[in-house]
Amino acid sequence: MMQWESWSAFWDMGGAGFFVWGSYGVTFAVIALELVLVLQRRKETVKRLLRWRRAVGKDGSGRAGARMES
Amino acid sequence: MASGSIDQDNRMNPSPRGPSVLRFAAPQNFYPLAGRLAPWFAVTAAVLTLIGLWLAFFVAPVDATQGNVYRVIFIHVPAAWMSMFIYLVMAFWSAVGLVMNTRLSFVMSQALAPTGAMFCFVALWTGALWGRPTWGAYWVWDARLTSQLLLLFLYFGFIALTRAIEDPRRGDRAGAIIALVGAVNVPVIYFSVKWWNTLHQGASVSLTKAPSMASTMLMGMLVLAFASWAYTLAVTLWRVRPMILERERHTEWVGAVLDREGGRK
Repeated sequence: MMQWESWSAFWDMGGAGFFVWGSYGVTFAVIALELVLVLQRRKETVKRLLRWRRAVGKDGSGRAGARMES
Repeated sequence: MASGSIDQDNRMNPSPRGPSVLRFAAPQNFYPLAGRLAPWFAVTAAVLTLIGLWLAFFVAPVDATQGNVYRVIFIHVPAAWMSMFIYLVMAFWSAVGLVMNTRLSFVMSQALAPTGAMFCFVALWTGALWGRPTWGAYWVWDARLTSQLLLLFLYFGFIALTRAIEDPRRGDRAGAIIALVGAVNVPVIYFSVKWWNTLHQGASVSLTKAPSMASTMLMGMLVLAFASWAYTLAVTLWRVRPMILERERHTEWVGAVLDREGGRK
């Protein structure tokens, strides 16, 4: 491996492992969290708007069809 | 993403096939476009991240004075850049929204805010972890750090305000004011290391002089900066889509989109 004598040297980061991996770890954790939240928000919005459409009777599939789904 | 049914429903826009890019300012055109573009930006971001991490850990040499802890720079600097840049883009869309009264502009700035706040937090967090071994302190009240912390609060204020106000039109305007007034802070952050005596080091990369770092280090940082751009575009486009549906829920085209979404489950 370029720059590193061994994997343990890599993880140790010359003694700065805590600071380096603490930085990268938290960064990728918040990115993952953001992606999950964005996905959840989308699902939740679509669900809520579908419910809203049924409630106000804007559902194009006709009133009878709207009843059946709910 | 099938867009055919959306185009058919497109009665609001008299010339949906016009050559002007301005047609994407219409929500019903922008929604499918955002859906098609986002995955490409996401893939670009992932590939660039892998290349950037490889450069950061396996190609870039150890720093002569700091040792390996300097490798925090590869996320710290791109994150700090993005946190400032995203705020300026939010201010830009807010200004466009106020002047042209385009609803989509306000929605764009609101879709950007959480990602900007995320990068701002990352810049502060990685800065703290880098500061401890190099300066001996996680935090100091120095001009650069303090103005960056203010940026995080501006993001939080913007997000809280736009979500707290029930009436979207008033929320849009209130948010736009914060975005525009707060934008003054961005040049303060950027030039703080010049204007004041700070513990924080000066710019490693600037447009006017040669960068003060090894070229492989610089490469890794730039690749990860581009990865952050692509990530921001992807996640913002994904976030703006449900916001558009929410705002436009009374229109026929959203009805068509929801029917398809509902049938998919």
